[in-house]
Amino acid sequence: METLLITVLTLCSLGVLAALVLFFVARRFRVEEDPRIDEVERMLPGANCGGCGFAGCRGLADALVGRDDIAGLYCPVGGAECMKRVAAYLGKSAPEVEAQTATVRCGGTCAKRPHTNRFDGVRSCAVASALYAGETACAYGCLGYGDCVEVCAFDALRIDPETGLPVVDPERCTACGACVKACPRRIIELRKRWPRERAVYVACMSHDRGAAVMKACKAGCIGCGKCVKVCPFDAIVLENNLAYIDPLRCKLCRKCVNECPTGAIRLVNMEPLPRDPRPTPGEAPVRAPGGEGAAAPDAGKA
Amino acid sequence: MTNNLIVAPAPHVQARQSTRSIMRDVLLALLPALAVSVWVFGAKVLCVTALAVTSCVAFEYLIQRFLVRGPLTVNNLSAAVTGVLLAFNLPVTIPWWIVVIGALVAIGVAKMSFGGLGKNPFNPALVGRVFLLIAYPVQMTSFGTDAFTGATPLAAFKYAPVFAGAPLADLAVGRVAGSLGEVAALALLAGFAYLVVRRVASWHVPAVIFATMALFALCTALLRGWSGAALWQFPLFHLLAGGAMLGALFMATDYATSPMTVAGGVIYAAGIGVLTMCIRLWGAYPEGMSFAILIMNAVVPLIDKYVKPRRFGVKKQARR
Amino acid sequence: MKTFPIGGIHPSDNKLSAGRAVEEMALPDTVTLPLAQHIGAPAIPRVAKGDRVLAGQLVAEGAGFMSANIHASVSGTVTAVDAIVNAQGLSQKAIVIRREGDEWAEGIDRSDAVVRECDLAPAEIVARIREAGIVGMGGATFPTHVKLAVPPGKRVEYLIINGVECEPYLTSDHRVMLERGEELLVGVAILRKALGVDRAWIGIENNKPDAVARLAELAERHAGIEIVPLRVKYPQGGEKQLIAAVTGREVPPPPALPIDVGAVVCNASTALAVYEAVQKRKPLVERVVTVTGKGLREPKNLRVRLGTPVSALIEAAGGMPEGDVKAINGGPMMGRAVVRPEAPVTKGCSGITILSGADAVRREASACIKCARCVAVCPMGLEPYLLSKRSRRKEWDIAEANDITSCIECGCCQATCPGYLPLLDWIRIGKQTVMGRIRARATANGPKK
Repeated sequence: METLLITVLTLCSLGVLAALVLFFVARRFRVEEDPRIDEVERMLPGANCGGCGFAGCRGLADALVGRDDIAGLYCPVGGAECMKRVAAYLGKSAPEVEAQTATVRCGGTCAKRPHTNRFDGVRSCAVASALYAGETACAYGCLGYGDCVEVCAFDALRIDPETGLPVVDPERCTACGACVKACPRRIIELRKRWPRERAVYVACMSHDRGAAVMKACKAGCIGCGKCVKVCPFDAIVLENNLAYIDPLRCKLCRKCVNECPTGAIRLVNMEPLPRDPRPTPGEAPVRAPGGEGAAAPDAGKA
Repeated sequence: MTNNLIVAPAPHVQARQSTRSIMRDVLLALLPALAVSVWVFGAKVLCVTALAVTSCVAFEYLIQRFLVRGPLTVNNLSAAVTGVLLAFNLPVTIPWWIVVIGALVAIGVAKMSFGGLGKNPFNPALVGRVFLLIAYPVQMTSFGTDAFTGATPLAAFKYAPVFAGAPLADLAVGRVAGSLGEVAALALLAGFAYLVVRRVASWHVPAVIFATMALFALCTALLRGWSGAALWQFPLFHLLAGGAMLGALFMATDYATSPMTVAGGVIYAAGIGVLTMCIRLWGAYPEGMSFAILIMNAVVPLIDKYVKPRRFGVKKQARR
Repeated sequence: MKTFPIGGIHPSDNKLSAGRAVEEMALPDTVTLPLAQHIGAPAIPRVAKGDRVLAGQLVAEGAGFMSANIHASVSGTVTAVDAIVNAQGLSQKAIVIRREGDEWAEGIDRSDAVVRECDLAPAEIVARIREAGIVGMGGATFPTHVKLAVPPGKRVEYLIINGVECEPYLTSDHRVMLERGEELLVGVAILRKALGVDRAWIGIENNKPDAVARLAELAERHAGIEIVPLRVKYPQGGEKQLIAAVTGREVPPPPALPIDVGAVVCNASTALAVYEAVQKRKPLVERVVTVTGKGLREPKNLRVRLGTPVSALIEAAGGMPEGDVKAINGGPMMGRAVVRPEAPVTKGCSGITILSGADAVRREASACIKCARCVAVCPMGLEPYLLSKRSRRKEWDIAEANDITSCIECGCCQATCPGYLPLLDWIRIGKQTVMGRIRARATANGPKK
């Protein structure tokens, strides 16, 4: 009986002691926080992807509440809708940001860009890129080890085993930009997101001269400049042997696509213009060259 | 071009030893003790060892194949090493089904559930042994054979009123009751010497364990007011008896469950030595090596976090 | 015998060409001289397409202090000043010269006579070295005149000549020490004078007893030069390891430099180049390159004009073996694998190592068994297993807290790993990222102060 009593008393007093310690520690180290931060955090998607530039959603919420001008803050996952709601709650004006989607600017599939050597190091784009040009003769193209796939928090990227190139699932892509940062070759770009996921862009990053590009890859931009001349909207610039279509100026007129001699300009979810006013039968509607990977999801939708 | 150009970051030199060759060396190092064991306890030793090895390898294969579904790892021989070590921790009279259960606990619970080789925080063979010791205490402590009956030297000491000297010569060659592998002190030492020569194991951890245990035993003897032969016999008895040799040489030195630095290894080994002696002298069990190693295994991540190797260029600056 | 205090490994040294005297390589038809063969800003071309140049003539001038001059290595016509593809497959600017004969620029003494006396003032010596475009020839390619410009407030106590050549396979420094020992020692004396130090130490690993004996014999006639035989252990040729081996002083972690412990280290071949630049007015246009590998018919040491295609050297040694091959610019521990063997030999190229067959391919990696070998062999006292794992997981803060920036990328950890884990692949990425973050922090904090 005595043993029981001692045990019970000891345990009870231990419990009380611990409770007191916890109570005082909690009082002492309490941090005063704006309750709106919690509320804003709840309004954000909670993906903690870091696409906003902060470590997580809480960081963005903190900045949204703390700063007077929130024009520079944007959650790519929640999008404009989410930002509008947050801004309304905080009584601030929401930033206007156009919807974007990640775009892989390399068309050097296994078939079009032959391997010249074998990489035997860690299968990581960062490791290979720090060492050398890569397994093909193109020093600008996709290495294909999937650093972008690894960082994507939304499962929106995968490497197509057929082409060896990453494929973006536009439905899942939130344009958080993690892949853009992860790609050591800066191949992935956030481009304006057109309705029905249509797109026109130069699927090449090579600054090499035409002859070198052709030797390395059958789908590269050779810097011929034909697309620049044909573009009615001045949307294409040629710099350092590489054409670039400004996504904000491009109106998807597709004239450049037919001009491109190597098929480096990629057309997604759109039929190309007829090649000639009177197309020769059999050759008529040509799909964008190298469009196998990108055009595939479109086929299902159409 | 007839050649196939390969590109990789430096270094382009690879180790001579592989995981598999290391495990093979450990198996070879355990052979002398196995031979002594056969000589002491008879051919049944081989049956127990074979059963333990087979079940360990089989469990690892089955778990890899059907649960983890990763690359098969049984051919790195680590499961075989676990099997032999588990067998070495069992008495020869053990029923076969207990061996299989021990293997399941060792491989399934202690090793594979943590992610396999290198990721297990506790020595698998010891987890298996301790599980069996608690679950089947009777079968695990019946050392009676044709050759010997009765208690192990440690148990005899534990329940004897005074320390009446020790059969040190018998302990050294293994003519005592005990588990399969723990009886042959000299054979275990010879095996370990092979590992040191092959640069598979380093001598620091066992040396510190032995030194700590001996020192602890000596102090105890002095405090108890003993004198004469007991002062050297008592420490030596503790080094040779029970699982001290097997544990210090082959269990405490397990790569995955010991610290990464020499300094950390010294702390870890000293801890094992002290804990073993405490359990032996004052604990409920006559032998404490297994428990001591497992307890110190749990401390290893902490040791690795705080005991860092001396960085080049740092010590001399700090001294100034 | 002396050596460095922490870690190190003993790879098979495979010095196949150690007994082969240096041979003169046939002059190439064209040479390609990249504008960046050194650490620092690329040189600025001073010739144009169509210009006639003589061997030894300046063709590109160092862009500022942290840069180096480049000279024509053959006489002929400049055919291009343009982008070329380098050994790593990357685009790089270079001067291409088509060789015509072998005429040398005036004032260059190409005789074998050894000129011992040097009455130049330290500043003049450094000027000649800078003029000649000399860079560290052990592979680091740090401009030598920058090394000799001791920052104010620092004092040089030790001039150490690196004759260690701890990389397996390579023997070019070994042959230079054996065959050009007298000139080398004059070069050391000149370096000593330039730095204003009384004594110099030449560290040589004990696997080259002939070089130790030869230099020790010659050094008797040169006051203040001491030959230090060192116990064989890789990476003894690392600057910090060599300083520790010779002086017992350890260079503190970055951003400290060797000069902070009063040491300046120069490679043995660099000392010879210094002799030629100062005493013979000969700029750095050729060097000794070891071409080696078990798959080569005739591993050898060649004196090569800079800009010669690496493939020509491999042909001279018996041609590329068939099957799996890895061509390495440098030795197998720290050398860079080459993807275009047509690329030129540059100032820092001490050897071409060809690994073939099973040696060329990495064995399949398995799990880390925590054997702690990487920790034991790390000469910087780091924990490679931890740094590698943290880098792979992009946990940069933990990597930084565990001193990843101290890593010298010697490769001991990976070369000793029984699981064949690509430890250094990840650590290198982690180190680069962490150093980038440190720089970014410094620039972010800079303006506020």
